[in-house]
Amino acid sequence: MDRVLLARRALAMGLGVLLFCGIWAALAAVRADLPGPLTTWHSALELFAHPFYDNGPNDKGIGWNILHSLQRVGLGFGLAALIGIPLGFILGRSPFIADLAAPIISVLRPVSPLAWLPIGLLVFQKASPASIWVIFISSLWPMVLNTADGVRQMPQEYLNVARVLQLSEWKVFTRILFPAVLPSVLTGVRLSIGVAWLVIVAAEMLTGGTGLGFWVWDEWNNLNVAHILIAIIIVGLVGLAIEQLALLAARRFDYR
Amino acid sequence: MFDASDSLLMNPQSSAPADARFVRIEQVGLTFQTRKARFEALREVNLDIARGEAVAVIGHSGCGKSTLLNLLAGLLMPTTGGVICGNKEVAGPGPERAVVFQSHSLLPWLSCFDNVYLAVEKVFGAQEKRAQLRARTEQALNRVGLSHAMHKRPGEISGGMKQRVGIARALAMEPKVLLMDEPFGALDALTRAALQDVTMQLHAQLGMTLMIITHDVDEAVLLADRVVMMSNGPAATIAQILDVDLPRPRDRLALAEDPRYHHCRAQILRFLQGHAQHD
Repeated sequence: MDRVLLARRALAMGLGVLLFCGIWAALAAVRADLPGPLTTWHSALELFAHPFYDNGPNDKGIGWNILHSLQRVGLGFGLAALIGIPLGFILGRSPFIADLAAPIISVLRPVSPLAWLPIGLLVFQKASPASIWVIFISSLWPMVLNTADGVRQMPQEYLNVARVLQLSEWKVFTRILFPAVLPSVLTGVRLSIGVAWLVIVAAEMLTGGTGLGFWVWDEWNNLNVAHILIAIIIVGLVGLAIEQLALLAARRFDYR
Repeated sequence: MFDASDSLLMNPQSSAPADARFVRIEQVGLTFQTRKARFEALREVNLDIARGEAVAVIGHSGCGKSTLLNLLAGLLMPTTGGVICGNKEVAGPGPERAVVFQSHSLLPWLSCFDNVYLAVEKVFGAQEKRAQLRARTEQALNRVGLSHAMHKRPGEISGGMKQRVGIARALAMEPKVLLMDEPFGALDALTRAALQDVTMQLHAQLGMTLMIITHDVDEAVLLADRVVMMSNGPAATIAQILDVDLPRPRDRLALAEDPRYHHCRAQILRFLQGHAQHD
């Protein structure tokens, strides 16, 4: 039963990929400047034959570019988690501080993180910290808001337990508040890291240097369209992997 | 049976022995102030409970019986009057007044053992070593017949077992007063009967004062020395108190043929029908 269902799903997925490649090939046949799936595949094989070569600052292997992008996302996201999650707890616990922060957050949240790039360049005077800064800003809001929501929506019965047992603030935090809110925190983490991965490509396009975004722009300047298509697929696959890891973590810690 | 007005006449300064008036609820009123309106939940509630006595509070939904329990627990503060427990005014929650919540309120991320241990650690952690704390926890779970499931999480056990853990957690604190807020309302009849028996046994063994909120007439008569009947809200108060003059230990099968039992049931039913809600 289960295996039949699984086989059917795998078949459908394979068919979907084939269909996509078919449409792609058809489009490539019409437009001579768009490489088809086969051309792209051969180009990718060539590219991944030496992923970690290093010919100076503007010519590095694809592996380096992926790692640089991941590193920036990791740093920016990590800093945002370090600040955003505690901030979310504070906003969720104190209505006064939540009101204090509400106008600022409401105005800043809808701003595209890329708008912060010039500020980052101004302050840090360097491309790499500026793009980390942009990642920081873009990952901050989902974590702050989801954590604060989780704290606010915590069932009163858990807090009543804390009151009847007269637990210390520390015990309330470690035994009740944190585990209860953890699923919401992880939702914020998942959203944040998704946004961060979306934003890094754009930020690196603007700052240059290294990274997948820079590479896309560089290959556009070289008019190597096959490499751009490869980059799109890589960005998608890495994003998928990150999302799955975050989901795995969320499922591991969900008590519900 | 006597009217609540009788108890109103009791002089608070009277020199009754402390044990007879271990818990004193005096002239308690509670008005909730919401953003839009004021709601007077309780008005002039007076009740004395003797040490070791079992009192059941019964009334229609929304009559403020849970509110009364929360006042005793210290989770709510009265607007007027006061609650005294063992010569001390209730100013907040305390381990000497343990609560068994209607919704069991176990922490789903902790095992049954850890749920109980949390309470044990809080109450006895300062004086005792870890081994002793663990022994207390195991003993409490043992008392409610849950030794076999203590390392499971609440999500992995039945509703009746969860409520047993809730009782174990409360008992493990060695409370002077055990407050039970409709503890078995969500359980099926057989499980409910089993837990009522557990409650009776523990009350007989440990001798704590017991207040149980219920809307089950049989449960009230079976468990209580006195049944407190509350009028409908708003401004609910104690309307009648019934002495349940049945010998202990009580056996539900034997009681089924006892005319005194039926007499008590009939009195409560008559009261509840007289105060039927028309909505």
